[in-house]
Amino acid sequence: MVGNGTLLSVENVSTHFFSEEGVTRAVQDVSFSIQKGKTFALVGESGCGKSVTALSIMRLVPAPGGKIVGGQIVFEGENLSALSEKQMRDVRGNKIAMIFQEPMTSLNPVYTVGNQIVEAIRLHQKKSTGRAWADAAEMLRKVGIADPDRRVREYPHQMSGGMRQRVMIAMAVSCEPTLLIADEPTTALDVTIQAQILDLLDELQKQNGMSILLITHDLGVVAERADDVAVMYASRIAEVADSRPLFAEPLHPYTQGLLKSLPRLGLSDKRLRTIPGTVPEPLHFPGGCKFHPRCPIGFDDKRCQTIEPELREVRPGRRVGCWYAPGYETKEEFKEYESKYGEHKSVPAEC
Amino acid sequence: MANTNRCLLSVDNLKTYFPIRKGLLRRTVGYIKAVDGISFGIGAGQALGLVGESGCGKTTVARSIVRLVPPTEGKVVFDQVDVLSADRDELRELRRQISLIFQDPFSSLNPRMTVGNIIGEPLKIQKKTASREVTERVAVLLSKVGLSPGHINRYPHEFSGGQRQRIGIARALALEPKLVICDEPVSALDVSIQSQILNLLKDLQEEFGLTYLFIAHDLAVIEFSCDIVAVMYMGRIVEQAAAEELYRNPLHPYTSALMSAIPQVDPSLRGRRTALGGEVPSAFNPPAGCPFHPRCPSANSVCRKQMPALEEKSDYEGHFVACWRKGQ
Repeated sequence: MVGNGTLLSVENVSTHFFSEEGVTRAVQDVSFSIQKGKTFALVGESGCGKSVTALSIMRLVPAPGGKIVGGQIVFEGENLSALSEKQMRDVRGNKIAMIFQEPMTSLNPVYTVGNQIVEAIRLHQKKSTGRAWADAAEMLRKVGIADPDRRVREYPHQMSGGMRQRVMIAMAVSCEPTLLIADEPTTALDVTIQAQILDLLDELQKQNGMSILLITHDLGVVAERADDVAVMYASRIAEVADSRPLFAEPLHPYTQGLLKSLPRLGLSDKRLRTIPGTVPEPLHFPGGCKFHPRCPIGFDDKRCQTIEPELREVRPGRRVGCWYAPGYETKEEFKEYESKYGEHKSVPAEC
Repeated sequence: MANTNRCLLSVDNLKTYFPIRKGLLRRTVGYIKAVDGISFGIGAGQALGLVGESGCGKTTVARSIVRLVPPTEGKVVFDQVDVLSADRDELRELRRQISLIFQDPFSSLNPRMTVGNIIGEPLKIQKKTASREVTERVAVLLSKVGLSPGHINRYPHEFSGGQRQRIGIARALALEPKLVICDEPVSALDVSIQSQILNLLKDLQEEFGLTYLFIAHDLAVIEFSCDIVAVMYMGRIVEQAAAEELYRNPLHPYTSALMSAIPQVDPSLRGRRTALGGEVPSAFNPPAGCPFHPRCPSANSVCRKQMPALEEKSDYEGHFVACWRKGQ
């Protein structure tokens, strides 16, 4: 799976949380790879496991309780799960950096922003304090903060939400990471500020050639920014593809439903299409294909109710996990289905 | 403005200022003009959308209308009753007819009350309904919002976000209000749930002839749900028009920027954005002249000195805009 241009490859990773109430299978059998200099988007609704996937890459899954139970993560040819905690600290914040959704709570309110950026720089690079402070101010200028020499001595509460997110980004890219994980970087921001932050990430990517793992629930952001997309649903990847073919022709019924249910400018219909039901709770995932209770094809299909479809490549560059996706089923499976459940359903034209 | 015969709610030059207090004696040293001279009218059965970024005053407008915050100046008439001079009894009656749906379905329901009590409480307080009737009515309301009447004895934590929002909607409808103020009703919900709730709100509007004041930051949500849209910026309405007209022909540069900032779900439309620089200025220290001028691509010297008034500047009837550069 590791090609020349591959920076990170996640292979069959599963992360579970063990508690008194039972085992929460937050991430199951997730595989994807991120190319150098590209933006890869993980998109899905709350509780689908996208953030836990990111934390698994950083080896920051909350312990005790959380544990990566299977698979491996290969970053720049190195298996991250084999590293010692000390070696991992050199990777984290240095080669792989992360920014979070809430710029209000992810900065320390009792230190100036300069202090916090300098801490990150000095942790990973041998630089004098004076040099690091100069670098911190330079980073602030790079992320578009006016008057950086003054701002660097300010506290987070003196800044707006958009500016705090810029500070977070400055801190994250201060060590020139090769991979930036952005977990819902713009969800807490207004649309006009969101556009500015996304533009900034684009620009930094062009300058440093870093790869971005963009985690979001917003399909609009994905369509505008991502090169490759993985759609997650209930702990698994439903579908992976380049972003253009994915939006032009989604193959998984969940992706199709999501795209149709969005209110869009200029397309005001009388009613919106909906996906019935609710997002399942991680402790009570349904059996079989996890989407089947909400699926227009699978809700009454015996096979969808019992057997989980794995992710398969159905055409070059497109992997999907749905029994009814075109080209998914093998001939043997087709025959087996008929002998077990009788005649195949005809797939509605909608799907 | 828009004084039709069947106008249910009319707001005229509403101002809500919050004092800034400083020093030992807490002296008032200035005001934050959260809402600064807003006028609009909503006809019975219509939906008006207030759209704007955080801090623009849209929620304060809603709270001022039901007097949850005291307005400083202006006039609010609801169904021929002057809201701002209403006495205690009148206000109680008004709050029966105007109800609210909140953004966060997690914090707007009391976790210690059952669903039955949450939805039934307004009935007991406002109508003194007997408890058996309350139970019946709650069951009806639950089925109207798409929940099972069997959920009546459950607690909020047993429900998902979308279901909780449905409970909030049922509570808002309990007293058969005429006007429902929806304050960001879907922004906290998952994408696949948002469309369910938007459809539900539309169905309920038809069934009960409801009038909505719809507050949201998402222009696409507003376009789907509303007949008339008012765009707010720093406590003022900068543009107002019928939804169709506004989206086809946005006149204010802020409206255009908002629209182009929305990421489109179509990779082939990439890079067609006109980015808006800067941020919303501080309300402590608003800029002189048009409050949008520091971010406006076409501001000139007049914009920097004088505040433009909201005027009808298009051929289209009822399309108002507050901008010096339009219609010159």
